[in-house]
Amino acid sequence: MSDVRTAAPAGTASEPAGAVPPAAPRSPVRRFLSSSPAYMGLVLLLLVALFSALRPDAFPTAATGRNISLDISVLLVMAVGMTYVMVAGGFDLSIGSVLVFSGVVMAKTMIAIGGDGPLVVAAGIAASVGAGVAWGLLNGVCIAVLKVPALITTLGTMGAALGAAQLMTDGNDITDVPSALLTITASRPLGFSWLVYVAAAVALVGGLVLAFTRFGRHTYLIGSNEESARRAGIDVDRHLIKLYAISGGLAGVAGALSLIRFATTTISGHATDALQVITGVVLGGTSLYGGVGTVLGTVVGIFIPAVLQNGFVITHVQPYWQQVVIGFVLIAAVYVDRLKRRRRERS
Amino acid sequence: MSDPLLQASGIYKSYGHVEVLKGVDFTVERGEVTALIGDNGAGKSTLVKILSGALRPDRGEIRVAGRPVSFDSPQDAHALGIETVYQDLALAPELGSAENVFAGRELLKPGLLGRLGVLDRKTMRRRTQQAFIEMSTDVKDIDAPVAALSGGQRQSVAICRSVMWADKVIFMDEPTAALGVRQTGRVLQLIRRVADKGIAVVLISHNMPEVLQVADRVQVLRLGRRVAEFRAADTTVEELVGAMTGALEGKAA
Ligand SMILES: Nc1ncnc2c1ncn2[C@@H]1O[C@H](COP(=O)(O)OP(=O)(O)O)[C@@H](O)[C@H]1O
Ligand SMILES: [Mg+2]
Repeated sequence: MSDVRTAAPAGTASEPAGAVPPAAPRSPVRRFLSSSPAYMGLVLLLLVALFSALRPDAFPTAATGRNISLDISVLLVMAVGMTYVMVAGGFDLSIGSVLVFSGVVMAKTMIAIGGDGPLVVAAGIAASVGAGVAWGLLNGVCIAVLKVPALITTLGTMGAALGAAQLMTDGNDITDVPSALLTITASRPLGFSWLVYVAAAVALVGGLVLAFTRFGRHTYLIGSNEESARRAGIDVDRHLIKLYAISGGLAGVAGALSLIRFATTTISGHATDALQVITGVVLGGTSLYGGVGTVLGTVVGIFIPAVLQNGFVITHVQPYWQQVVIGFVLIAAVYVDRLKRRRRERS
Repeated sequence: MSDPLLQASGIYKSYGHVEVLKGVDFTVERGEVTALIGDNGAGKSTLVKILSGALRPDRGEIRVAGRPVSFDSPQDAHALGIETVYQDLALAPELGSAENVFAGRELLKPGLLGRLGVLDRKTMRRRTQQAFIEMSTDVKDIDAPVAALSGGQRQSVAICRSVMWADKVIFMDEPTAALGVRQTGRVLQLIRRVADKGIAVVLISHNMPEVLQVADRVQVLRLGRRVAEFRAADTTVEELVGAMTGALEGKAA
């Protein structure tokens, strides 16, 4: 072994000084403060402060809080499912149609059973969630097993679920619902609708599971690098199917909530639900490329458009401005996300 | 003399009707760094995938410590203490080092929380940190996303992950190919330390000086066969290149 070239990197061969013990990590608090949910939370607080300053009599009131939270509850339930799907690098356009389909199934089920009372409603809710899960499973199998891109699969089921709902109803909304539904709507513990409590519970459980469990960790690993997740022994296909089933199931929950709130199936009212949900999820810091995102961020991201909308109404700004503003904020948020990724990858 | 730690004999593998491996023999001894060299397309990566369970051979026998084995998945190899550092890193860039090290093998909290699937993040961080200190890596912030680390640091994370789970063999497919001189030096030191722990390392490399510096033995693959085997201390770059290109059909050691 006489080759001189062998000496090149060898100078460091016995240098234990290379041993740098891992230094103290950045504190979790600082890490959180530099994250997208924190920035967007700040934006949300500023908006609330702004509208409160403009209309101290009308905006910072319990009634506004109740309205906004009721408005977002149906979207938030779906947004939790969307957060899982998008953290795993996927996409679900079908949720609005699945909501409609599930609501129709719920109404039909309750009519078929007949009568009234909490048991009928419970059966209706179970049917609604079941219908949502079924669409979700279909999405998941097409995406994970048949390898049809998520965008196309869920675009397809978006059309199919709405069409199926219209077939079942001849295109007319079902308004014949048990009066037990109206009882639910009328009772408001602590002033908040039951819908709000359901949405809060879904967000809480969804947030904890994503952040603290193995299921959540696998979701991040798959979204960050599907191939490495496979090599690490994670059953990626099964996990993806579960995620789409969760997204569909939560759209089913949302369908039940919507039917309870409006006492009608609102067939034509959900064409843009998926887009609104995706907007909120992305505003909340979930990356379009997967691997990044939190339910807390999603909650913030869903609140921002709703606060803007309500604030504009109260301050007598044309509420159409909300859509204009949110559109540009969304673009800016994704641009910042890209910048951050590029800066990091240069190092 | 005891059986070799890992011994493959007569391994065949075809893709379609292209025969990539034509009866390869390959041996790995305990605590040694075995270099596997060969020209582009010689079948090195294919062989490593077969020996690490990622690919099934068409024919041939693999023995671990004398016992015949057959791998249906990388997990079967993992169960026997055989790990792989893949050519394309295979880390999750958005996640931190500890998350990557424990990917697919997460630890759960004891008791009810664990049964609910709650992660034991503290223990995973601590054990990752320990492994990094033990292996003297220069990864300073184990919570930083892997994408924010340098190429060498990322490679260290991948190697440390394998070291944590392997107690027999680690395959490394061109671990220094994308690295600069300094970082290459660090990774080579790390490879040496792994071998000194008693774990056999199989190193695929194109860099002959690097092979001679760090390996104990060198096995040469050409056109789907092992054509030569050398002790690193007794050979030269010229001899290795000769064996790789077929200019020299030699067999030493
Ligand atoms: N999945 C595959 N399908 C078809 N041919 C392949 C595949 N993987 C590798 N090959 C071929 O097998 C040969 C050996 O490849 P490889 O094992 O990657 O060689 P090396 O790592 O030594 O460069 C090459 O000719 C390559 O084109
Ligand atoms: Mg190769």
